[in-house]
Amino acid sequence: MSTLRVRVWRGGETGRFQEFEVPRLESQTVLDVVTYIQRSLDPTLAYRFACRVGMCGSCAMTVNGKARWTCRTHVAKVADGDRLDIAPLNHLPVVKDLVADMSVFFDKWAAAKGRFQGARTRKDDFARVPPDSRRRKLVDEAIECIGCGVCYSSCDVVSWNPDYLGPAALNRAWTLYNDVRDTGQKARLAAVAGDAGCHACHTHMSCTERCPKQLSPTAGIAGLKRAVLTAALKGEL
Amino acid sequence: MNIRTQVLLWGAQRISAMVLALCVVVHLVTIIYAVRNGLSAAEILGRTRGNVAWASFYVLFVAAVAVHAPIGLRAILSETLGWRGRSPDIAVLVFGVLLALWGWRAVYAVFVA
Repeated sequence: MSTLRVRVWRGGETGRFQEFEVPRLESQTVLDVVTYIQRSLDPTLAYRFACRVGMCGSCAMTVNGKARWTCRTHVAKVADGDRLDIAPLNHLPVVKDLVADMSVFFDKWAAAKGRFQGARTRKDDFARVPPDSRRRKLVDEAIECIGCGVCYSSCDVVSWNPDYLGPAALNRAWTLYNDVRDTGQKARLAAVAGDAGCHACHTHMSCTERCPKQLSPTAGIAGLKRAVLTAALKGEL
Repeated sequence: MNIRTQVLLWGAQRISAMVLALCVVVHLVTIIYAVRNGLSAAEILGRTRGNVAWASFYVLFVAAVAVHAPIGLRAILSETLGWRGRSPDIAVLVFGVLLALWGWRAVYAVFVA
């Protein structure tokens, strides 16, 4: 059986990489490697996971320099020979070892008005949104976000501008902008506009390239740019 | 700077980029034509002097540069140097005005020379 040489970040904002030797197995995921280290080599290692099947978005880490969802990332796909470097997500404070503090990430979802705001009450009938309508299709293309933070961690603009809302929050705003039931559009467009919002995006497309769900936040951000500019020209911003 | 102004600046930069894309091509073709045909300075000035079409084109070109460059510079100052707030806005506004004045002065010079 061959062996993986795995360097794992230990500590908080300051710390160091600690090397472990892990047995290499067939169909082994990066999360399997981290779990092996914690259960068999060092029980003090902190990391975060829940579903293990790519639904919950809690196990994202930086693997050999790139943000990935570790539960669905096979070692064979990302290992550099027998080497694997595993660190917490970039652009977020480190709680301990591989655990990043996601507070800022989700605070920005709230700042981008990422909450549905409807006008109907429980006494009203269901809203009917035709599945093949143009705006519903736009929602479909962006709705499967699991909030893993891979896009945020991969975005250059986030590293340059700490106030930038980031791809995930803007993608969420785009899905709600295209939700015909939502009544909070004016405030949402104002929230996602300008230097800290969609107009800061340079269209590098790292978010789109790295999104494990194959979404394109870049496309949604481009849509928001157009929608906000139109609102600004009409004096509605 | 309020949000609406930030958005309109973004729009202005996109529109000025479209103008520049056209102007730069025309400008480069003109340069290559002038160099390959061995035009002297006097011959070039002879063609630009009093030429309203030529002057109008370069007035537009300079205007597009004066709009486009300061907005881009503002983003660079913010993202690369962390210089944000009112002071860089004033600095790039001055930079834009200077670009326009220098450019239009040059256009005027070869128009009336």
